[in-house]
Amino acid sequence: MKCFDVAVIGAGVVGCAVARELSRYSLSICVLEKELDVACGNSGRNTGMLHAGFTYRPGSLKAECAVEGNREFDQVAEELDIPFKRTGKLVVGFDEKDRKNILKYKVIGEENGVRGMEMIDKKRLNEIDPNAGGEFAMYVPSSGILDPMQYTIALAENACMNGAEFLFDHRVLEIERRDERYIIHTPAEDVSVRWVFNCAGMYASQISEMLGYPNYPVKGFKGEYYVLDKKAGKEMKIPIYPAPNDKGGFSTHATPTVDGNVLVGPDSYVVEESEDYKVTKEHMDGLFEDGRKVFKEMKREYFIRNFSGIRWKRYDPETGAILDFMLEADEKNPCTVNLVGIESPGITCALPLARRAVAKLVEKEHPAVNESFNPRRKGIRRFLDMSLEEKEQAVKENPDYGEVICRCETVTRAEILQAVHNPLGVCTVTGIKNRTRATMGRCQGGYCETRITDLIQKEIGISEDQIRYSRKNSYMFTGKVRDEK
Amino acid sequence: MRQADAVIIGGGPAGLAAAVELYHKGITDILILERESSLGGILKQCIHDGFGLSRFGETLSGPEYAQRFIDQVEELKIPYITDATVIRLTGDKKVYAASREGIIEIQAKAVMLAMGCRERTRGAISIPGERPAGVWTAGVAQSYINLQNKMVGREVVILGSGDIGMIMARRMTLEGAHVQAVFELQPYASGLPRNIEQCLRDYDIPLYLSHTVTDILGKDRLEGVVVSQVDEKLQPVPGTEKTYHCDTLILSVGLIPENELSLEAGVTLDDRSKGAVVDENYQTDVEGIFAAGNVLHVHDLVDFVSMEAEKLADAMARYIREGGLPPCELDIKTDGNVTHTIPQKVSGKKSFRLAMRVRRPMKDGAIEITQDGKTVKRYKFKKALPAEMIQIPVEAEKLNGEAPLEVNVIC
Repeated sequence: MKCFDVAVIGAGVVGCAVARELSRYSLSICVLEKELDVACGNSGRNTGMLHAGFTYRPGSLKAECAVEGNREFDQVAEELDIPFKRTGKLVVGFDEKDRKNILKYKVIGEENGVRGMEMIDKKRLNEIDPNAGGEFAMYVPSSGILDPMQYTIALAENACMNGAEFLFDHRVLEIERRDERYIIHTPAEDVSVRWVFNCAGMYASQISEMLGYPNYPVKGFKGEYYVLDKKAGKEMKIPIYPAPNDKGGFSTHATPTVDGNVLVGPDSYVVEESEDYKVTKEHMDGLFEDGRKVFKEMKREYFIRNFSGIRWKRYDPETGAILDFMLEADEKNPCTVNLVGIESPGITCALPLARRAVAKLVEKEHPAVNESFNPRRKGIRRFLDMSLEEKEQAVKENPDYGEVICRCETVTRAEILQAVHNPLGVCTVTGIKNRTRATMGRCQGGYCETRITDLIQKEIGISEDQIRYSRKNSYMFTGKVRDEK
Repeated sequence: MRQADAVIIGGGPAGLAAAVELYHKGITDILILERESSLGGILKQCIHDGFGLSRFGETLSGPEYAQRFIDQVEELKIPYITDATVIRLTGDKKVYAASREGIIEIQAKAVMLAMGCRERTRGAISIPGERPAGVWTAGVAQSYINLQNKMVGREVVILGSGDIGMIMARRMTLEGAHVQAVFELQPYASGLPRNIEQCLRDYDIPLYLSHTVTDILGKDRLEGVVVSQVDEKLQPVPGTEKTYHCDTLILSVGLIPENELSLEAGVTLDDRSKGAVVDENYQTDVEGIFAAGNVLHVHDLVDFVSMEAEKLADAMARYIREGGLPPCELDIKTDGNVTHTIPQKVSGKKSFRLAMRVRRPMKDGAIEITQDGKTVKRYKFKKALPAEMIQIPVEAEKLNGEAPLEVNVIC
């Protein structure tokens, strides 16, 4: 049985942030993840927005962590070497009702400590973005965009290089308290630890119960998205949201991604099944209709892909009210930290939440500091982002940078190889995709997928029937077509 | 920066045919840039036969067809670089390509766009459902099976009656897979009649028209698809859903000319063909940049790609020698019955071939080309299918005046 000081359950953005913050101390850490990679759940299924914090109830953990997480993110992005743009955000309105609803959020934002928000007139609005509709807007300079998968991967890789061990394909089945330790049963093996951090996202309530906390009721709000071609995103510099409705919700909107695509969505509807990520005709049609009204480049020829995510919100079963993030460490369940109902703005809040969670352990045990902790992690250098001179230099230093594998996103063999040999040991096609953007372009792997599977096979040294697309049983090939002589 | 009279982007059938023809027309300072490690383009994976009947009068496999041109390129010592991906093309005809030896920079007098096309994807047509392994476009499946010796599945459903989809139905059957059916959204097949016969009927694979996939099942590997009938607006009819258990879904739902480089160079595209707007010389609206083959419009036969590229080469050679070509200012307008025409512009002083497709199957009709209300050409047909490109020669002596040409289908 493997033994660690700490087990983090779940390799979403929160689990990876917790592992990274834990690795600042001299602790042996494992992260137990049921999938084959990090960010397979809702951490990778969202808009990728660094929220400013103007929509959350003042005094709530959501508000506190969002503002804190927003303020520090330039440094975080720099340390972890991830793409991030502090674009700001526009919430546009047309009439007095819109103004009233927007102002409500301005008041909340100011109370939460969001800096620099201002109401701007049409002239100023047009200066910021000539394509934005609306008569006036609230300009929120601190909002930003990032790639939530790259962010989660970066946190995980940083945790890993500082000593945390990632155990994939380790679904937690049962947790047993034995001799002051927790024995965590997974189909792969049992793991013995002193501390458990529950960061299980949509399954957090089940883990919560296993640890002796309540099985908190959660409700799943699913949202579907369209991903549009970079051609549609050429003119789009800043996320533009419509004025909130009377209930405070935002209807379908278009958001630029940090890579230059556009996301249209999410819509919102309640679902039961934990991993109901299928996209549906009804909602795709709805997004197309609503999206066209707010974004003139919402055209069929720009469709690249659809995806969905689910915000699992904690709620009060009596009133139906949506509740704040839950972060607790009850002495009745010693050496446990329980995080439940972490949904939007979970990406923005991940590190602030992680610090608060880790503080529970630190306050109790005062572990020694990990002297060799390095907060900096290097990402894979992208050929696409280089100037012509830099490209020339990169190829000179490493000829693999001169071999383009993915044409649409101009991803080279050098990048694919770095991704295949990633520090976490992930070797699915989706894993390579999320680390390099290969297959994410308009041909969706039509040109490069065959090359990527070939590289995985040769570099890892596995047979074709072992190559997986994304999940545990997502085998891509049944074997060889014919035996080679 | 190195110089070349003619840079050809893409060493597939269009690029190869143009290179050879340019050479025969006296242009020898040519450079072919190919992103893959050998010449031939998509033909390399098309190991079935049926190529070459029009161009060579005999039936060849894809690799054999390509080899005929590759042999000539080698024989004539036409320069080419493989493993070189063009990453940028400018309007003043500077070409930048990435290769393991460094970034290749060339100033060309003329550039031929010969990048071919890409397959339409699941995302482009918004197929609902889960996202398991086992959903492939036909060309990707073909590449895996024919080039990489990787078998993609055993129980197969095919969406779309494009030619590659039908060819893959036969190919997978021959390799021991069970192809349950081919479903086509339109009320008619989108591939060639000969492929319906030879790839589906001969193997008892049913083709269902006016059907589409409305759900994809399975979170890990594909477990099945739900297929529904569609109405005349191509919308699924509730209550007609039927589940097919399968581990593989092959998509053959259309091809799109690959024009990212063209756009960067400022070339205007035709919204209908998704390829460049060209004149009778296959010149785009950026002077000295030419386009032919599937990058211009999707062809049904490679023979026509080669022949189009050879015609391009003739004009391109003249352009290089003379430093320009006569202006082509007459538009060719179409009614709603044909998708688009190639070329879209002519000078009115030169004979040309007008290529087009009808939007839907038609019988006993005629295509009429008129100018100033006068008939220039009348092309009668017994049967016209969207799958089959129609090419009509138009003679210069029939044209007069400065009025645009109009193409109307009388049916």
